[in-house]
Amino acid sequence: MIGRFTAGVAPRGALLLALLFAALAAAPWFVNDYLLTVLIIILYFAYAGQAWNIMMGFAGQLSLGHALYVGLGSYVAATLFVRYGVGPWFGFLAAIPVAAACGGAIGYLAFRFGVAGVYFAILTIAFAEFARIGFDHFDFVNGTSGLFLPVSEHARTDLWRLRGSPTMFYYVILAATVAAFALCHLLMRSRIGYFWLAIREDEEAARAAGIDTFRYKMIAVMVSAAVTSFAGVFYAFFYNNLFPEQVFGISRSIEIILGPIIGGIGTLFGPILGAFVITGLAETLTSLMSAYGIDLPGAKQVFDGVCLLIVIVALPEGVWPPLARRLGVMKEPK
Amino acid sequence: MPLDVYLNVAVGGVLTGLVYGLMALGLSVIFGVVRVVNFAHGEMMTIAMYIAVVLFSALHVDPLVLLVPIAAVLFAFGYVLQAALINPFVRRPEHTQFLLLVALALIISNALLIVFGPDARAVQTSYALDSMQFGPVIVDTAKVYAGAAAIIVTAALFGFFRFTLVGKAIRACADNYTGALVVGLDVKRLYALTFGLGTACVGAAGTMAVLIIDTTPMLGPGYTLLAFVIVITGGLGSMPGALVGGVLIGVTEAIAGLLFTPSAKSMFAFGILVLVLLFRPQGLLGRRAA
Amino acid sequence: MTRKSEPQSARISRRSFVAGGVGVGFIAGTAPFNIVRADTGPLKVGVLLPRSGYEAGIGQDCQRGVDIAPAIFKSKGLPELTILSGDTESNVDVARSRAEKLIGDGAQALVGSFDSGQSAAIAQVAEQKGIPLVINIAAAPAITEQGYKFVFRNFPTAPMILRDAFTDQKTVFGLVGAAPKSVVFMHVNDTFGTAMAKGIGAVMPKFNMPYTIAEEISYDPAARDLSVEVAKAKAANADALLVVSRLNDAMLLTRELVKQRWTPQAILSMGPGFYEDQYIKTLGKYANGPISFSPWYDPHKPLTAVLETELAKAHPGVNLNTNHVFTFEALLVVADAYKRAGSTDPKALADAIRATNITDNVAIGPGISFDAKGQNVKVRQGAFQNRDGKLVTVAPPEAATAKPEWPLQPYPSRS
Repeated sequence: MIGRFTAGVAPRGALLLALLFAALAAAPWFVNDYLLTVLIIILYFAYAGQAWNIMMGFAGQLSLGHALYVGLGSYVAATLFVRYGVGPWFGFLAAIPVAAACGGAIGYLAFRFGVAGVYFAILTIAFAEFARIGFDHFDFVNGTSGLFLPVSEHARTDLWRLRGSPTMFYYVILAATVAAFALCHLLMRSRIGYFWLAIREDEEAARAAGIDTFRYKMIAVMVSAAVTSFAGVFYAFFYNNLFPEQVFGISRSIEIILGPIIGGIGTLFGPILGAFVITGLAETLTSLMSAYGIDLPGAKQVFDGVCLLIVIVALPEGVWPPLARRLGVMKEPK
Repeated sequence: MPLDVYLNVAVGGVLTGLVYGLMALGLSVIFGVVRVVNFAHGEMMTIAMYIAVVLFSALHVDPLVLLVPIAAVLFAFGYVLQAALINPFVRRPEHTQFLLLVALALIISNALLIVFGPDARAVQTSYALDSMQFGPVIVDTAKVYAGAAAIIVTAALFGFFRFTLVGKAIRACADNYTGALVVGLDVKRLYALTFGLGTACVGAAGTMAVLIIDTTPMLGPGYTLLAFVIVITGGLGSMPGALVGGVLIGVTEAIAGLLFTPSAKSMFAFGILVLVLLFRPQGLLGRRAA
Repeated sequence: MTRKSEPQSARISRRSFVAGGVGVGFIAGTAPFNIVRADTGPLKVGVLLPRSGYEAGIGQDCQRGVDIAPAIFKSKGLPELTILSGDTESNVDVARSRAEKLIGDGAQALVGSFDSGQSAAIAQVAEQKGIPLVINIAAAPAITEQGYKFVFRNFPTAPMILRDAFTDQKTVFGLVGAAPKSVVFMHVNDTFGTAMAKGIGAVMPKFNMPYTIAEEISYDPAARDLSVEVAKAKAANADALLVVSRLNDAMLLTRELVKQRWTPQAILSMGPGFYEDQYIKTLGKYANGPISFSPWYDPHKPLTAVLETELAKAHPGVNLNTNHVFTFEALLVVADAYKRAGSTDPKALADAIRATNITDNVAIGPGISFDAKGQNVKVRQGAFQNRDGKLVTVAPPEAATAKPEWPLQPYPSRS
């Protein structure tokens, strides 16, 4: 297993990665509270983007409604905590089957009935919107009034209930991002990963070669959904309040896909780099603007859109592959 | 509930649906011919709406009079957009096209937010608060004008595609790309023309829409989604389908709002979308995709 | 990092350029946040309001209450406050991050934020960081039921609003000698609207109201077209319209009422919207008649006259309303506590706020004081009617300045 883990990894790549990880692990000692929050947001999108990438980058299914799984994760974990005092880690265990089942349902409906490409994307949007409106009217979770988690002063760190200072949350999301990265790495190198690659490149040919495309596409969707749900659990316990509009909204889904697209769909490091680039630059823009007293709501999103546009037009593979080739860490030709 | 309430609401739904249908028609034309999925469709309609609002407050000209000029402006916008930016993407994988337009949509709606601010803007025409009464049915005057204008524009478009040479050339491109090239049609120019026509439709729809609803910068995504639901329900590539789909969705939402909680009425549109995607993906009036 | 020994080492590699650029950007962009928090000087108060987004009009109206405060505080010998402004953008997430940012910028107290959802999120941040928050306007009961020690609300909760609304409605019915037998209840489907809807079930039975609720209709706060909702309301054949709405939907509702040719006996509004300046300006003659039951100023209190004068100076033509009054009073609470505490330490401030007892205030009721949960349970509401571009107080009797007009003048006969 270890052999499979390290096979084919360029040593230079591993070194750079290790250095990055060391820098991130040491960050809380060097940055102030505001920057720490920015880093948490970056890592959150790196994690969610990585999870989305499993469905899109690996299996070629464009999901524009991924906020659905984040939302499900949030609400399941939060409701269990608020109503029954169940801790978030058990909440996550409960959220996994819910999210996977939802993803599976969408996948089943789509793949059995031949809904693909653009139609599939629209279907995912429709489901996310459906969930948003549905939860707005779902009194058990307080609907539009919002579900609030009880908070107390920052003093104590309670990892079991995810109550504590931003530093604790930072390490949780860092660990999660590393875990997601490792998981994707493993998946890419496994049998499933090669089947996914085949399906992504040419589904007809893959089917002709005897691969059960339906099964593997379903696995991609369900794994992606399940992994994404943890982002929801984290969101719920970090922010402590949930509103369906905020959690399931289409802008959330778009935010999730920005990182992987800018970084590089289908690559391992792409979503992480993409999250750093887009969130880092956007936050820098926002702070520069407020430092000069310019307050322009919407500027950040225009900036996001322009970055996305530049990448799609000029760097169709994303920022990471050309960068990786320059650095000499790209393992296989792309 | 007495019958005339249903009738009133249904008539309102039909009229609003006609305007939505015209918007969706633009999408159908673009996809049917150019095969580009215009995810910035709602945002383009919002641009048209703002132009109408600005011109109305500056010149006090009724939006219906502004219909042709605004459609022309949007036509030019669409033509240039297709020729300059989108054309290379026509033959690229769908998801890159899609994402290109998502990026454009993001830029447009937030640029509108920056320029116009978030407050709702209404066009207060002299007939804004009028209604007409036909027996038991009371109809919003502005909606009647908007609906009528939608029918006229749609008829004009049908006529264009049926009877003019350019229209036939465009349909040829849609039916058989290679054949059209062989015959010597300038496909690239025809694509740009078609995209422009599609955005002109959207421009016309937007001009009428200001009579019915208030304009805010973030209307885009909701209308893009609505356009897709209508077009998929009616049949991608079928022009009558877009109108039929529009009216169907308009009436369904209205009646659903009457029967159930109005705040949940959008769910029905999505329900219809899912059903159509699963059981009749070519839509009610569409042909099986080539 | 590893050095390249290839020819490219002569040029700046793209990676290091990008990295350098991002690094410089980070440092430049965040430099303002590395300043040491200065603890001397006037108290820094963060004021969070929805200055953009769908509640922008109301947020800007609340800001007027902030604008007139400095002159009034000076004349009353209250200390000066440094105001740090934050925009919640009518969005819960932004509200939370702005609150954190203002605290990071040195705010020692917070005031805000009109919307229940956003206020609840800010309350969480305030409690976590130990910074006192005085809520100017937010009615959801849950905010003061969390056991927070740093959150104070000088505004009634939804049940309190309902309780006073029903009392005042009966007063009005008595004054005009008429009462609706049935009403249709329309409410916006957001935090405030649902809190009011839920409260009605609990509070209304205690008051023996002369009307029953024939139909309850909830609608989406972002709805652009309320024709179906109003058609449904009209079909209920009720006498009057009982409504909890925001500003935009109040305007949409009224326009639909005109278009669909239904003039209810009365419009009884238990929320914002119908008394706002923008409603009155936009609808002109069609804006006359609705009676709003809302926390209100007492026209007989001396501080009210002071506020009206200052408002007329700063913003001529604007009617004094709830937004101005309660935003002003929130700052008043902070200034008064600061004076008594004599320190900018947030904990000392919070203790001082807890001991507040202000009788020289603006709102109806005995004054401002907080119970153990941080709630001012003594604030009393009023009822006021739109009349020719002005707002006249019609209830309770001790605050009334005019008799209510009843019923609504039919829409077709106005114009």
